[in-house]
Amino acid sequence: MCLGIPGQIVEITDAPRQMAVAEVSGVRREVSLAPVAERPLTELLGEWVLIHVGFAMAVIDADEAAQTLIALHDLGEAQEALEAMAEGERAFADPASDGGDSA
Amino acid sequence: MRYVEEFRDPKAAKGVLGAIARVAGDIGATAQDSVRIMEICGGHTHAIFRYGLDRLVHEGIDFIHGPGCPVCVLPMSRVDECVEIAQRPGVIFTTFGDAMRVPGSQKSLGQAKADGADIRMVYSPLDALDLARRNPAREVVFFGLGFETTTPSTALTLQQAHRDGVGNFSVFCNHITVPPPIKALLDDPHMRLDGFVGPGHVSMVIGIHPYDFIARDYGKPIVVAGFEPLDLLQSVLMVLNQIRDGRAQVENQYARVVPEHGNPLSLAAMADVYEVRPSFEWRGLGEIDASGLRIRDAYRAWDAEEKFGIGYAVGRAPVREPDGCECGAVMTGRIKPTACPQFGRGCTPDTALGALMVSSEGACAAYWTYGGARATEAAQ
Ligand code: SF4
Repeated sequence: MCLGIPGQIVEITDAPRQMAVAEVSGVRREVSLAPVAERPLTELLGEWVLIHVGFAMAVIDADEAAQTLIALHDLGEAQEALEAMAEGERAFADPASDGGDSA
Repeated sequence: MRYVEEFRDPKAAKGVLGAIARVAGDIGATAQDSVRIMEICGGHTHAIFRYGLDRLVHEGIDFIHGPGCPVCVLPMSRVDECVEIAQRPGVIFTTFGDAMRVPGSQKSLGQAKADGADIRMVYSPLDALDLARRNPAREVVFFGLGFETTTPSTALTLQQAHRDGVGNFSVFCNHITVPPPIKALLDDPHMRLDGFVGPGHVSMVIGIHPYDFIARDYGKPIVVAGFEPLDLLQSVLMVLNQIRDGRAQVENQYARVVPEHGNPLSLAAMADVYEVRPSFEWRGLGEIDASGLRIRDAYRAWDAEEKFGIGYAVGRAPVREPDGCECGAVMTGRIKPTACPQFGRGCTPDTALGALMVSSEGACAAYWTYGGARATEAAQ
């Protein structure tokens, strides 16, 4: 939860709401660019950002992104973040059908 | 633990380890009379154990694990209140997965879910807001917890709910801030700390100046660190250099991600939505002045405490921790997890008594997972 995961901004989906799609280790997920929206959103296309719970918190360079991903994989945190994203998708399903493997 | 040879840059790591040993020697640090360095952030605790840094560094360096795991410091009463909200008819309670297994005085959120409450794990508070849009007949509550790293996310989500007029959404706010508990630890006469490794991602939001008081008022060095092994080792070396030179400063080892003044847009959203509570309860630390945030009146309609008449909104009694738990002493670095009488006996990851054993960032879980021989020896 406390460690962010790097992702690359691949598409701006809702400019007024500052929403975009980021690709995180091959997984696409909608994220908010609000914390990094100091510059025009289109300038953020292709940039790497550090994503915390669905928000791009900092723009980082590609090298930093790659090294952070390695460290996160080492720590088991990258898998955890990707699982949490998948879990987030399941939250929209009816609770009776979500498997309930939470305990 | 890993061997230095497996690090991404073993040569650099060996160089820093050598420098640490030299400076530790200059200071006269020994296993008996060690330099006590607290890593504040639970992510750092996890990394130190994952890489076995505590055993790679000079024996005169003692890592003291700080209170920087937001799930671990969550008081039982707040977990109970989550369960109470989640069990109300019509509620969909949403939370980060990390909080599911934290024990309450009766049950955890995971157990409440198994008992039939509609509790869903989400990745982002934005997912919870979406859920509210899609389920207009239900009340969707998001369990907002975490330090300054996650606080902007709930602030920005509440602003969005306000703008879009999503009335069936609210946040149960348990956000806490890093500097006040550090001050509480420094004011504790039983605590001896020689320096700090500061949190990286919290500082990315707040910048490095909120730590100025540590150097200025208490004369202790603090170095904001990244969480790669080399980052941590370099930061320890920077702390030691300050001690040797008789300096006490706030230094930034993680400047490639942490701007001096933090993230202005996040700080603005936080200031708009939240205000400081007079005090907030921390598990193991008790009530700490000005250490928690609450939702401002302008966003009152989205405050779950107001909506459900719960928590600080109604005046609340603290819940006693289970007998024999030393969570408080571990949380404040007074003892190591293995010195808790419950460690490995009553308390294991499957039968956790305290949150320090269930969170991946908790010191007890780290000792259990990576402590290997140390943990087994101590449990016997
Ligand atoms: S071993 Fe369990 S009871 Fe003891 S301090 Fe750790 S979490 Fe608390």
